[in-house]
Amino acid sequence: MDLIVILQAGVATGTVLLFATIGEILAERSGVMNLGVEGMMLIGAMSAFSTTIATGNPWLGVLVAMLFAGLISQIHAFITITLQADQVVSGLALTFLGTGISLVLGEGLSKAGTVSLMPAFSIPVLSQIPILGPIFFTRHSILVYFGYLLIPLSWYYINRTRPGMHLRAVGEYPAAADALGINVFRMRYLYVFVGGMMAGLAGATISLAVSPGWFSELTTAGQGWIAIGLVIFAQWDPVRAAVGSYAFGALRRLILDIQGPTTLFGIANPFYYNPYWGFFLQMLPYAFTVIVLVIGSREAMRKRIGAPAALGVPYIRGERGL
Amino acid sequence: MAEKTKFFTRLKSYRIRIEPRLSEPPAWYPPLVSLSALIFALILGGILIKLAGGDPIRSYTHIAKASFGNIGVISDTIVKATPILMTALACSVAFRMKLWNIGAEGQFIMGAFGASAVVLTKVLAPETSRWIFIPAMMLAGMAGGAIWGFIPGYLKAKFNVNEIISSLMLNYIAVAWVNFWIFAVWTEAGFQMSPKFPLNAWLPRLTDYAQHIPALRGLTTHMGLLFGILAAIILWLIVFRSCWGYEIRLIGDNPQAARYAGVNISKNTVLVMMLSGALAGLGGMSEVSGMVHRLQTAPIAAGYGFTGIIVAWLSKLNPLVIIFVSILFGALILAGREIQPSGVPKMIQGIILVCLIASDFLLRYRFRIVSTAEEE
Repeated sequence: MDLIVILQAGVATGTVLLFATIGEILAERSGVMNLGVEGMMLIGAMSAFSTTIATGNPWLGVLVAMLFAGLISQIHAFITITLQADQVVSGLALTFLGTGISLVLGEGLSKAGTVSLMPAFSIPVLSQIPILGPIFFTRHSILVYFGYLLIPLSWYYINRTRPGMHLRAVGEYPAAADALGINVFRMRYLYVFVGGMMAGLAGATISLAVSPGWFSELTTAGQGWIAIGLVIFAQWDPVRAAVGSYAFGALRRLILDIQGPTTLFGIANPFYYNPYWGFFLQMLPYAFTVIVLVIGSREAMRKRIGAPAALGVPYIRGERGL
Repeated sequence: MAEKTKFFTRLKSYRIRIEPRLSEPPAWYPPLVSLSALIFALILGGILIKLAGGDPIRSYTHIAKASFGNIGVISDTIVKATPILMTALACSVAFRMKLWNIGAEGQFIMGAFGASAVVLTKVLAPETSRWIFIPAMMLAGMAGGAIWGFIPGYLKAKFNVNEIISSLMLNYIAVAWVNFWIFAVWTEAGFQMSPKFPLNAWLPRLTDYAQHIPALRGLTTHMGLLFGILAAIILWLIVFRSCWGYEIRLIGDNPQAARYAGVNISKNTVLVMMLSGALAGLGGMSEVSGMVHRLQTAPIAAGYGFTGIIVAWLSKLNPLVIIFVSILFGALILAGREIQPSGVPKMIQGIILVCLIASDFLLRYRFRIVSTAEEE
């Protein structure tokens, strides 16, 4: 059990969470909470995999995944923004719908065999750096490298650009944003769409890079929900989201790998000799999500910062907002 | 020609205006809207089945025949509806307070675990009377569910932790927990299930009385249904006829007003989550004791907790309506097992929920055709 190998694989696994979490951050920053991430990720994973089987082109698979998941997210946008329904229930419905549709359309895909995956390569100079090189820059899928770029880009976009400022305004005080001439409805539709596309990308990252294939609901195994938990831990900040995502990715890998070797740090490996303890290891990501939520929520309470003020509140023109 | 122009100008001078309802709609209106949404969802689902290469009419007639075709399958439908009834009741009371407990699935599983533990740890000898066995299992099941509901409730009250995610995470933990016990401790000959319970730990079924009333032979409807109906009535009384129920509804409708009125929101958060968990846990107990007769993951973690969410919402959180709606969903799930592709029932459930939520708009707004002249 080589720690570097685990961390290297953990970064790849964490990229899935990274995409989904940053997508959800963008949607929530605009004031729309979308609990449908799990369903949209399944749609993405299924459509990426089946498109790649049909065409042999994984790039097309990623594109279709993002568009399909983005399209599905617009159901939630319509119900919560135009029809002003409760975002929690609508998001839940989206998860059911996404799961159901991906199961129906993905019927038989699990026996489809292997497909061509997204290209993986090492970065020439950076991969030579000791420790960091092998973890972050060696034999990763191109999607992992795209994830690295996305972290600073999304941070800069949200905090330092004009459209990013509009995004925050719509999420914090939509009535004021509306008065300034920002189209609140259009902005919210847009960012729910972006969030959906990112969840689709996260799904495609699973089925075309991290653990290739289609395993029905087990493809995501609750990662969409973990992503929503990470948004709260990250306090709607992409950089903290990245830290959380990679940490969770490493944890997931560690759980898979820790049961293999007969000795661990020189002593007999208890997880090898008691394979049933593996069930307790399986609980860890979910237990950690709860712990991370407690940490994030306590911090938010203490610092009096937290969710975008208008999160979960439909904007109705002419009504007293907030 | 002139006629036609006149018609169009008249058409132009009218438009549809959407305006908020100022008064409550008449009593027949909300059920009608829900029913229309349900029918619309089934049509939409049919279109999707067609697109996926299936035959929607055959699928639907198959569902109807395989779930209500004769007394035997009606009994099977009710057996499937019983766990849904319990989880839907669990969701309804939490949702009433705008506590989004989506962990009914995990609470159901922990209820099944608690009830099974009474049998499998052999605290009660296998030949103990049914009159002691069943109440003990009920208590243990409700306790298991209540503990699993307490965790997210406490975290919400104390640290303001989002209960949606914490309760959902506990679902996965519950599955792993039960798996550990049935693989490592209670495994029957290495299979992934516990040994069968002794007969005294089984809930009475209709077929058990076949020697007196032959018509009941083969009907597996069990006493869990009775628990469910009783629970629904009691829950209805609590929510609509008790002081505590009034507090719950007040917090749900207007937490600000509740706080000013001196209602203890933290305490109610924990209590309602525990009540919700206990109801789901009783469902888990009735499922292992009435239907599965052993602890096994697959038939218990079958998504009843999630279907309960939809049923609760479709019933507008009314416990008495839930009884009937859960039977409809029991039918969908029972018959859905044989439908290809296998994801169809899940997809239809998703479509139904989406249409229902969208239809709520019709309760809050109305469409009026107004002439533009009037508008000016």
